[in-house]
Amino acid sequence: MKKSVMIVGVGGQGTLLASRILGDAMMNQGYDVKVSEVHGMSQRGGSVVTYVRWGDKVASPVIETGEADILLAFEQLEAARFLPYVKQGGAVVTSTQKIDPMPVVTGQMAYPQGLLEAIQAKGVKVLAVDALGLAEEAGSQKAVNVVLIGAMAKRLGGEKADWLAALERCVPPKFLEMNQKAFELGYQA
Amino acid sequence: MKQLYLGNEAVARGLYEAGVRVASAYPGTPSTEITEAAVKYPEISCEWAPNEKVATEAACGASIAGARSFCAMKHVGLNVAADPLFTMSYIGVNGGMMLAVADDPGMHSSQNEQDSRNYARAAKVPMLEPADSAECKEFTKLAYGLSEEYDTPVILRLTTRIAHSRSIVETEDRQDLPLKEYQKDPAKNVMLPAFAKPKHEKVEARTQALIRYAETTPLNRVELNGSKTGVITAGACYQYVKEAMGDTVNYCKLGLVWPLPEQLLKGFAAQCETVYVVEELDDFIENHCKALGLAVTGKEKFPRCGEFSQKLVKKLLTGEEAKSVALEETIPVRPPVMCCGCPHRGVFYALKREKVYVSGDIGCYTLGASAPLSAMDACICMGASVSALHGYNKARGPEGEKKAVAVIGDSTFIHSGITSLIDIAYNATNSVVIVLDNSITGMTGHQQNPTTGYNIKGDPAAAVDLEALCRAVGIRRVTVVDPYDLKEVTRVLKEELATEEPSVIISRRPCALLKYVKHKPALKVEPEKCIGCKSCLGIGCPAISLREGKAVIDGTQCVGCGVCTSLCPKGAIG
Repeated sequence: MKKSVMIVGVGGQGTLLASRILGDAMMNQGYDVKVSEVHGMSQRGGSVVTYVRWGDKVASPVIETGEADILLAFEQLEAARFLPYVKQGGAVVTSTQKIDPMPVVTGQMAYPQGLLEAIQAKGVKVLAVDALGLAEEAGSQKAVNVVLIGAMAKRLGGEKADWLAALERCVPPKFLEMNQKAFELGYQA
Repeated sequence: MKQLYLGNEAVARGLYEAGVRVASAYPGTPSTEITEAAVKYPEISCEWAPNEKVATEAACGASIAGARSFCAMKHVGLNVAADPLFTMSYIGVNGGMMLAVADDPGMHSSQNEQDSRNYARAAKVPMLEPADSAECKEFTKLAYGLSEEYDTPVILRLTTRIAHSRSIVETEDRQDLPLKEYQKDPAKNVMLPAFAKPKHEKVEARTQALIRYAETTPLNRVELNGSKTGVITAGACYQYVKEAMGDTVNYCKLGLVWPLPEQLLKGFAAQCETVYVVEELDDFIENHCKALGLAVTGKEKFPRCGEFSQKLVKKLLTGEEAKSVALEETIPVRPPVMCCGCPHRGVFYALKREKVYVSGDIGCYTLGASAPLSAMDACICMGASVSALHGYNKARGPEGEKKAVAVIGDSTFIHSGITSLIDIAYNATNSVVIVLDNSITGMTGHQQNPTTGYNIKGDPAAAVDLEALCRAVGIRRVTVVDPYDLKEVTRVLKEELATEEPSVIISRRPCALLKYVKHKPALKVEPEKCIGCKSCLGIGCPAISLREGKAVIDGTQCVGCGVCTSLCPKGAIG
């Protein structure tokens, strides 16, 4: 058994924490785990990508096109951009949030419409979640990452308690309650 | 205890367990987190040095003093640190010394793609290359043993995928080592020609001894899977081949990538019909194999540029490729941008408007080269903006001087811009240098530096007085401006460009992402006043966009810096 989840979003959206929670959860379920992060320049509002892989034994820390079981996207355009990474039979779990990239901000390009429908039309399963709305409901826009982890957790299976334990290990105690709520809202979505 | 550590965190854990006492580094992606993680162990004295040369020399001194010592840098940092490294190779160590260097194949966050393995060969020091976080820790500990046994500094080579990937690490206890005795020994430690000549002989003998070590060390490992195909590889590439080919090929995995073994490689090749060398960047291992007369295939098949992956390896070795789908639609790119409220934005806007030549440098502000600001003409390496402006002005004379500036961040200025400013003052060009002082080392993720008044632990520390420093080296005209005040920035810029002597403009405002920075309420556009002229879009603020012909400000992103307000001809933003 080997699973690959690719987490994509916009710098500053908290994708790194999502990958850490997922990696921690899988390590504590006894799997070998590799998580690949990108730090530095691309953090500044650019497209950011992290890879999480687990299984009996994982060699490579990266995920290539056609290899991801799940593409977890924090933003619609990023879901579309990284769609080629989803393997045949894989799925996209995405926030419905839209953030304009610079070519759209400056009016050179339009933000493409109907992206999620277009992805589905390619035969890829899509679970779209209003993660921003649910995060606000939980108490903070910053909890988008935990909402999405919740939404994906249900699809990945495993004991909910294991996920909540990972959450507890990865977020500061001060924000635990809010994040537990965010996880639950994502899980039910 | 099992931990999911970044390669960098695992190196830091290795430092702790190996009994390291002194660590010094300059931040550089992808190496920064080693020192940030090491500072959490109170047993290790950690610091941010002004640059990599200083960091390496501090580690050299600590080693001479009898402590196990450490320094870290990104690949280009090793260019800066090469000077002490090459001679420390002759001196050897008292307490063990390891230098970690992180290469960046694929240039995720770098200006070039140099291969640091060449430095190990050139400086004649052993280099270890781990392939996951567990090896990062294990090899770090082994490096200190090797350093002391063979009387040499040791380099630990990381690449982005090892440094920035998490995998499972078993932590162990710290080895508490007493400080070694220091004995005055000029023949060992003073590299005058008379002492250095016999040392060079020793270094050559040491390399021969290390080659013998390379033949048998468990750092190098042969995995025979009964295949006719063999792969010689190291580091991240081992993982890519393993993922792509599993147990269908034989492996010679090298953990000691310099010096390389001879008999081990010959013996491995003899057991395979076809042998590939899989390595990113240069043909370093391949050339060694070919010099041994081995018929290996390397760069004939594999690229010299960019990062590898299991997909690339599989495709090149088997022709197979996983299928994937893509949308037909063009997806707009999302390059990194200056953040909302970034203090650099106003300065670059003013530079664009004045149509000046901008000699750039390394940091967040290199993003000033991107559209729509597009206000950078050259960017070479740390500190080069200042000295390259001096050279530009020497070449083009007074006409150049009136239309050219250098931009450099506070940390980069301390790193190596100050020596360049001395060149400007001493060798007299009427250059205008703009120090973009955002009170932090930004791009690498907010590290303190000698101008911020705090050390790596966040404790108060001596702070460089930038104005006084510039005056002390002979610059009489030093002006401080607030980059949010676009009119003042432009006025001072014009004045300094027109002046017949060198000058420094310090653009001072802390990075908008710093926690202590208080933001003003988000600005709004009055739609009835907005004429859709797009003036405000010229600053490339990610919070401003055009919707149905009118500018709109995203209230969740805007921090109220007000730079756009001053650009609106109708006073519609407030």
